[in-house]
Amino acid sequence: MALLEVDDLVVQYYTDDGVVRAVDGISYEIRAGETVGLVGESGAGKSAASRAVLRLLDGAGEIVGGEIRFRGHDILELSVDDLRAIRGDEIAMVFQDAGAVFNPVYTVGEQIAETIRTHKDVTDSEARDRTIALIDRVGIPNPAARYADYPHELSGGMQQRAVIAMALACDPAVLICDEPTTGLDVTVQAGILELLAELAATSETAIQLVTHDLGVVAELCDRVLVQYAGEIVERAPVDDLYYDPKHPYTVGLLAATPRLGDDRERLPTIPGTAPDLIDPPTGCRFHPRCPYAEDCCASRRPSLVDPASGRPDNGDPETHVAACLEYTGDLEAGLDYEVQVRDAADSDCRERKQQGEPR
Amino acid sequence: MSLGRYVGRRLAITVPVLVGVTALTFSFVHLLPGDAVDAIVGFRDVSAETEAAIRAEYHLDQPVWDQYLLWLRDAITLEFGESPVTGRDVSATIGRRLPATLALGGAAWLLALAIGIPAGIVTAVSAGKPADEVGRLAALAGIATPNFWLGLILLFVFSVRLGWFRVLPPDAPLVSLATVKFLVLPTITLGTAAAALVMRLLRSSMRRELDAPYVTAARARGLPERTVILKHVLRNAFLPVVTVAGLQLAFLVDGAVVVEGIFSWPGMGRLLVRSILRRDYPVIQAIVLVIGIAIVLANLLVDIIYAILDPRIRY
Repeated sequence: MALLEVDDLVVQYYTDDGVVRAVDGISYEIRAGETVGLVGESGAGKSAASRAVLRLLDGAGEIVGGEIRFRGHDILELSVDDLRAIRGDEIAMVFQDAGAVFNPVYTVGEQIAETIRTHKDVTDSEARDRTIALIDRVGIPNPAARYADYPHELSGGMQQRAVIAMALACDPAVLICDEPTTGLDVTVQAGILELLAELAATSETAIQLVTHDLGVVAELCDRVLVQYAGEIVERAPVDDLYYDPKHPYTVGLLAATPRLGDDRERLPTIPGTAPDLIDPPTGCRFHPRCPYAEDCCASRRPSLVDPASGRPDNGDPETHVAACLEYTGDLEAGLDYEVQVRDAADSDCRERKQQGEPR
Repeated sequence: MSLGRYVGRRLAITVPVLVGVTALTFSFVHLLPGDAVDAIVGFRDVSAETEAAIRAEYHLDQPVWDQYLLWLRDAITLEFGESPVTGRDVSATIGRRLPATLALGGAAWLLALAIGIPAGIVTAVSAGKPADEVGRLAALAGIATPNFWLGLILLFVFSVRLGWFRVLPPDAPLVSLATVKFLVLPTITLGTAAAALVMRLLRSSMRRELDAPYVTAARARGLPERTVILKHVLRNAFLPVVTVAGLQLAFLVDGAVVVEGIFSWPGMGRLLVRSILRRDYPVIQAIVLVIGIAIVLANLLVDIIYAILDPRIRY
C-alpha cells in the first residue's frame, strides 16, 4: 500500500459556460519519501488534482468521483474534523504566489507557530522555538528576527521559503507543492529548487511537485506524471521520460523546454492551444495538436499501456506507460521523431541534455 | 515605521487640522450676511453711541485676526460667553445637553455594533443559505425604514398602548434605572439603520476576503474554521467597518434631531435646530466647534485602529 493513492479521480468545475471536467479519471500513487512530478500546461487540471487531495477546491469545484486514499483511508470519506487533523499535519501544501498565502496582518512566525499549536500538544514557547528552527532550516538568515516580521517585510524568495517552512511545520508525510517557483526570478528559483532538492533527499517526506516546467522536474523528481486535458498521458521514472519519451505530447513539451547551451534561435512550440475542457476533443484528446495523428485518433480513446508490449498498465508505478494508439498497433505511419541527447559544456548538475524533436 | 512613530506623526498632523476647524468655526459668523451688532440688538434701530459701545464690548472694533485670537483663547477654556437670545451661559447649556446626546448616541452605536457585527459574520459565512437570506432581508428592512416612522410606531405600541415605557423622559439623573429604561426605545430607533449598515458592510467585506488565497492556505494548514473566520478573515474584513463606525461615532455629538424630537430627549440635535431658528450665534458656534473636534478626533481614532489592525498601513 502506497502512502497516497489517487484512484480514478474526477473533478468538475461549474462555470457560466458549462461544466469543466478539469480532472477526468486520473490515477497515481506516491510512496513514502519519493518525489513525483505532475507536469502539464496551464489548464491541464494539475492544480485541481492537487487541491482535491486535501479537498480544498474552491466553491465552484467539486470532486465527483474516485478515491483518494491516504495510508489506506479514503480522504473523501473523512469527517470534517478528521480531514482537518490531516491538513497541515500529515499532508501539507506549498502554494504558488507566496505573497498571498500569508495573512498580511499577522507575523510570519505567528502563522507558522499557529499551525504547530493546532496540531501538536506544545506550549507557546515550544511552538515558537520550533518555528524559529524551521525558518532557519529553510535558509532564511537571522530567523529569530524574521519571526516577528510581517509577510510584506520579506522579499519574494524569502516569502516562498517561509511558505515552505509553514508547510513543514508539523513534519508532514506528504508535501504537495503547487508551482512553487512560478513567478520568482531565476536566481531565486534556483535557491528554492535547491531547498526542495535537499528536502527530497534528506527527509522522509514524499513530495508531489506540480509544475509546467520540465526543467524543475528534472532537478527534483524520481518519477513523472504528464497530464494533458485532465488525463494522465504518460508516466515514467524521470530518466526514462527524458531519454525516451513515449507520448507525442511529452515529446513536444521536452522540445519546448529552454536550456542553457541551446543554440537554436527559436524553441519549437506545440501547435494549437490546450483544449476546452467543457467540450474536449473526441478520441485521443491530443489528436488536434498531434503531428502524427491519424483518422483513428479522433475516434478511439487510448489508455495507458506499456509501450514495449502494448499491454495495459500493470499498476507498478515504476513501469513506463503512455496513452497513445501507436503502442496498441493502431497507427499506420507510427511516431516519427528521434530523441537527441545534447551535450552542453555547462553540465554541472543533474540536468539532462537531450531534446525530443519532431523531424 | 513603528506603530508608535506612526501614531505620533498622526497626532502631530491633528494639531493644524484642529486650528483650521476653529478658524472656520469662527469665521462663519463673519461670513453670514448682515452685521453682528444688528444680530445682537435684534435688528432694531439703535443710536450710534450704543452701536459703538456694543462694538467695543464684543471687541468688534478690532481687526478680525485679533478677534479670532480672543475667541480662540476663550474657546480653549470652554468660555463661550452668554447667549444674547436666552441670556444663559453657553458652556453650561452645552454641558447639560451633550451628556444626554452622548448617552443616547453611544447606546445606539453599541447596539449597532453588537447586532451588526455578529449578523455580518453569520450572513457572510452562510452566504446563499436561509440564515443569509433572512439577515439580508432584515438589513434591507432596517435600512429602508425611516427612523421617525420607526420611533413613532415603537412609541405608540410600547409606550402608549402597552405602557411598558414612559412617553416622556423621566425627571431623573442620566445615570439612573428610570432613564436607562426610557432610553430603550430611542436607542432601538436610532441603532436599527446603523446595525443594518454595519451588517451589510461586514458581510460584503468578508465575502471578498473569504476568496483570498490566505484563507485557502489557512484551511490547508488544518486550522479550525472558527479560527479561520474569527482570527484571519475578520481582522482583514474589519477595515471598512472601522471607517463607518468611526464616522458614526463622530456624528454622535450632533445628536439625532428627529429621534430626539419624537422622544422629547433634551439633546444637542434639538438645541442646534432651536439655536439656528433663533439666530443664537454663540451657541451655534460652540456646537459646530464641538462637532468639528469630534470628527477630527474620530478620524484620528480610525486611523490608529487601522494601523493596529493592518501592519501595512503606515502612511
